[in-house]
Amino acid sequence: MTSEPDVVLVAKRVVLPGVGAFANAMQALQERNLVPAIQALAKQGTPLLGICLGMQLLLDESEEFVVTRGLGLIPGRVVPLAMQATSGASQKVPHIGWSGLVPAEEGADWQGTLLQDNGSGEAAYFLHSFMAVPADPRHRLADCIYGGRRVSAAIARDHITGCQFHPEKSGEVGLRILRRFCAD
Amino acid sequence: MRNVRLIARLDIKGPNLIKGIHLEGLRIIGSPAEHALRYYKQGVDELLYMDNVASLYGRNHLGDLLRLAANNIFVPMTVGGGIRSVDDATLILRAGADKVAINTAAVSNPKLITDIACRFGSQCVVLSIEAKQIAPQRWEVYTDNGRERTGLDVIDWVKHGTSMGAGEILLTSVDREGTRKGFDIDLVRTVTAEVSVPVIASGGMGRAEDCVVVARDGDADAVAMADILHYKRATIGEIRAHAKAAGLGVRDYE
Repeated sequence: MTSEPDVVLVAKRVVLPGVGAFANAMQALQERNLVPAIQALAKQGTPLLGICLGMQLLLDESEEFVVTRGLGLIPGRVVPLAMQATSGASQKVPHIGWSGLVPAEEGADWQGTLLQDNGSGEAAYFLHSFMAVPADPRHRLADCIYGGRRVSAAIARDHITGCQFHPEKSGEVGLRILRRFCAD
Repeated sequence: MRNVRLIARLDIKGPNLIKGIHLEGLRIIGSPAEHALRYYKQGVDELLYMDNVASLYGRNHLGDLLRLAANNIFVPMTVGGGIRSVDDATLILRAGADKVAINTAAVSNPKLITDIACRFGSQCVVLSIEAKQIAPQRWEVYTDNGRERTGLDVIDWVKHGTSMGAGEILLTSVDREGTRKGFDIDLVRTVTAEVSVPVIASGGMGRAEDCVVVARDGDADAVAMADILHYKRATIGEIRAHAKAAGLGVRDYE
């Protein structure tokens, strides 16, 4: 664990975790001068894994409380989860619990991604009130279904991956993703 | 369809896992770490640790237990008992907890809910409510493991607590706790109808079917269980299989 830009820049792999509110997190990264360091990782090709809020930070901006700029590493926005299911019933927000991961595009497989050791339908643990909406569908890796709607569960662009769920809290399913991230 | 979460509740006193009836008359069950690991291996969806004497002495002692658990348990952990300040919550979260449950301190200072939510997000703050029935369709909020009455009405408190930023409700029926008589369905249904945040039903799980009933008829989002697991009357796997066979949405777990 570090909050030093110099350490981040020379790391072999970087995990960007995150709990809390988007604006606070961006402010904390700015205060520690970590924004340019993380953006440099993208150019360097260092594998980067954003988890939960850390995934949302990868996008351009978020609507949480006030519209706030993100890291801009994956084009798109962060918007609130719908308060109503497609059935019309009210739905619980935050989304807390285990939901199955499915390929974002039907028939797509996860070969060559951090999810390549995982199968469609395997459940991971989610805890969030906002969701990422990548502008480019090619950056959508996996979805979960919540209230009848697809919600971005994992997004990826080159060596940058974001997981809305918590792989570190998703039992063996999550550990497989983390082992893949740590593998050469 | 949402998946109902199966949560193992571990009440802790000092070094021991304990279990009582109506949150009192505590019996020692064994090692918290061993039981937590067993439930993880059985496929539990979450763990809930409650430090039972923390509130009495004003501090939570679960840090060491959490740090140990974080090495070999990879499901979410919620911790409650004796959390009185943002600093207390910070220590517990740093030690590896994902959420903190607050009861006594929230009753005496509801702003604590907002303060923790602002710092770590609402999804981190579980409002723990100990409810005792006082009249038909009326329940009073208790604190300190069902010992102290507050004069607060459960429904009023649930609404207030969620408006202050609580992201989840842990609803324990003191009347049913440890009795194996099934959940207080009226209580759970009344609360779930009032709030938009998830509600964990706790207190009274005697058999796997109770879990199905409280999810179906009480609209509970999660079910906390202790006695049935601690006394090995059923495994998480058996409860999950029963729930699935009854048509309940549960996490797929191989």
